[in-house]
Amino acid sequence: MRLQHDMLPLVVSHVSYRVDGKAIIEEVSFAINDPGLTVLLGPNGAGKSSLLKLCHGLLPPSSGSIRWGDADARTARQKQAMVFQRPVLLRRSAAENIDHALKLRGASAAERAGVIEESLAWAGLGDVANMPARKLSGGEQQSLTIARAWALNPEVLLLDEPTANLDPSATRRVENLIRSFAATGRKIIMATHNIAQARRLADEVLFMNHGRLLEHAPAERFMGGPSNPLAARFIAGELVE
Amino acid sequence: MQETHRKILSAAAVLVVLAAVASLVFLSSPKGPSITVASTTSTENSGLFGYLLPIFMTETGINVRVVAVGTGQAIRMAMKGDADVLLVHHRASEEKFVNEGYGVERTALMHNDFVIVGPASDPAGIKGTEDPADALRRIRSSRATFVSRGDDSGTHKRELGLWKALGSLPRNDDADWYRESGAGQGATLNIASEVDGYCLSDRATWVKFANKRNLEILVQGDPQLLNPYSLILVSKQKHPHVRTAEGQQFIDWLTSEHGQELIAAYRVDGQQLFFPDALEAAKE
Amino acid sequence: MDEFSNASRTALHLLAEMHPDLIEIVLLSLRVSLSAVVLAALLALPLGAFVALKPFPGRRGIVILMNALMSLPPVVVGLVIYLLLSRTGPFGVTGLLFTPAAMIIAQCVLVFPIIAALTRQTVFDLHEEYDEYLRSLGAGTWQKITTLLWDGRARLLTGILAGFGRAIAEVGAVIIVGGNIVHSTRVMTTTIALETSKGDLGMALGLGIILVLIAVVVNTAVVTIGGSASRRTL
Repeated sequence: MRLQHDMLPLVVSHVSYRVDGKAIIEEVSFAINDPGLTVLLGPNGAGKSSLLKLCHGLLPPSSGSIRWGDADARTARQKQAMVFQRPVLLRRSAAENIDHALKLRGASAAERAGVIEESLAWAGLGDVANMPARKLSGGEQQSLTIARAWALNPEVLLLDEPTANLDPSATRRVENLIRSFAATGRKIIMATHNIAQARRLADEVLFMNHGRLLEHAPAERFMGGPSNPLAARFIAGELVE
Repeated sequence: MQETHRKILSAAAVLVVLAAVASLVFLSSPKGPSITVASTTSTENSGLFGYLLPIFMTETGINVRVVAVGTGQAIRMAMKGDADVLLVHHRASEEKFVNEGYGVERTALMHNDFVIVGPASDPAGIKGTEDPADALRRIRSSRATFVSRGDDSGTHKRELGLWKALGSLPRNDDADWYRESGAGQGATLNIASEVDGYCLSDRATWVKFANKRNLEILVQGDPQLLNPYSLILVSKQKHPHVRTAEGQQFIDWLTSEHGQELIAAYRVDGQQLFFPDALEAAKE
Repeated sequence: MDEFSNASRTALHLLAEMHPDLIEIVLLSLRVSLSAVVLAALLALPLGAFVALKPFPGRRGIVILMNALMSLPPVVVGLVIYLLLSRTGPFGVTGLLFTPAAMIIAQCVLVFPIIAALTRQTVFDLHEEYDEYLRSLGAGTWQKITTLLWDGRARLLTGILAGFGRAIAEVGAVIIVGGNIVHSTRVMTTTIALETSKGDLGMALGLGIILVLIAVVVNTAVVTIGGSASRRTL
């Protein structure tokens, strides 16, 4: 199935983001036209996380503009969901965590009950619905934040290093959820520093380093041989500064 | 399930708020008419009010709320309009209060007497002395510990009067033996019994006092130690909200033959603590 | 030691027979302090949360003030409220002086800064953690406040109980504004002060024992809530 996307294209033009005069993101411009999974790849400190937050309207750009279709980033946020590297979970049960997010997005009580059950089942968390969310394992916690995002039925899902703190089996579990999410035809943008993960999931790659966008290419071409020398060294497994 | 949870919670919150507000309202609304009496501590601590007020309440339906503080503080309270009736024992202050227009008139109620208590060992050798001034002179010259109320109460004022009659008040360099407790009669007696000191006390508090230990009465019976209590109705001219009718009713009741008999009948350990004066005074 | 054992005997006797005067005093203490804490919490929770979330000029000053007010001396609070509620004071017409309501107000003033300061700190810390999530979902200020207060419930409850502990153990303010009137404004602490001054140590110690028991119960509750909260949800 293919969703009607009024969020696309995402057009980022000449965006810079500075904190105390230090440039975190510098003169980044790109456009994303297609649904599917875009991976924001680069070493730690490349500015991936900041770029995601700029796109989600959580950070205001110092200069430049970000448009999702006809909407600016802050307005577009209402039809998006974001998952953070460290799962932000409320001090409540798994089910109540989803309930809380749905309530903030204005869902009625009747709608919520069904969606909560459905999304927990989707993420394989049916058994722990009433467990305190923060007592779940790392993999379960991140699965829960993705289930929470799924429950919101967003047009765009933003993922910031969702498996950076997870062991391999938990990573597999979360990746499966991301694949299943992508299969619904929604737009997903995921930041990662993990090349293998990018290989497994990406349809398209944005390669960043030191706050600059160095390459934007379909995943297959990028993995086959990036044109940027730094990107080439990065996917060859060298340490990139 | 989440929804019912929420509903129960908000219902509980509302209930708690209501309970708090209700308790504020309920707690602050006395049932029936009530007056506030600013009184010296001795009448309260001796149990006299505990004995008289329930009878007054039954007979008149008026609830009397007693704030027991030292005479000085009681008078200041009444001057600020925070009491309807004053019951104190320092004649000069009472007359000043009435003359300045704060009180309607002074009515003699009853008396008891002051006693000088001290350790049975009596280091200053005052036992058997009749003149209280003489006793204080001996305490001063032997620099035996004396515990003063130091709180501007009627008893304190009386004690200062006795020192003044000796020529001078205790000074700063007397601090080694002259201690000011700055507290009520009972607290002061507690200190005296703890440090084996001498102390001036009204008889009523002394008799009721439960922690005497080595202390005993050493000087008593001199006319200088007479302790008369009076009642004053706070003036409506100064404080229009004063409950004059109920206040006057309380004064009339206490000074009536009936009230005076009740006062005379009050006993602690078989001992009469207060001696009615009102009928005598009314005759004059 | 003899006095102590005598006083203890009287105290236990009073407790054992549930002496009506004792019960009345204990109940009044509980009612006054509970009302004070509930009122203080109703004011301090939203205010503390607001200060934590909304930057405004002078906020730093307010935070410092709130922390300083936590150690407000009760007698000073009592004195100020006495002057305010006195017949000749600005709120004299309310006729609240020497009533339990005056005591509730005084204790409320004492407890408010404790709860407000703790609320601010709790909400501030949680907000650091939840901010991006809440903004991602477009939560409004009120939704943020309710979320953060609810998720900080374990710590907040601990603070509220600490406030209750301060209120019920406090004597300086209530004796001034309440007047220690029999059957009206006589609470545990003022009775202890009075009975001690009368040298009647049994009643004083009996009430002291109850106060200590309440303190133990409150602190057990604090530990239990804190413990179970960290086991289950934190």
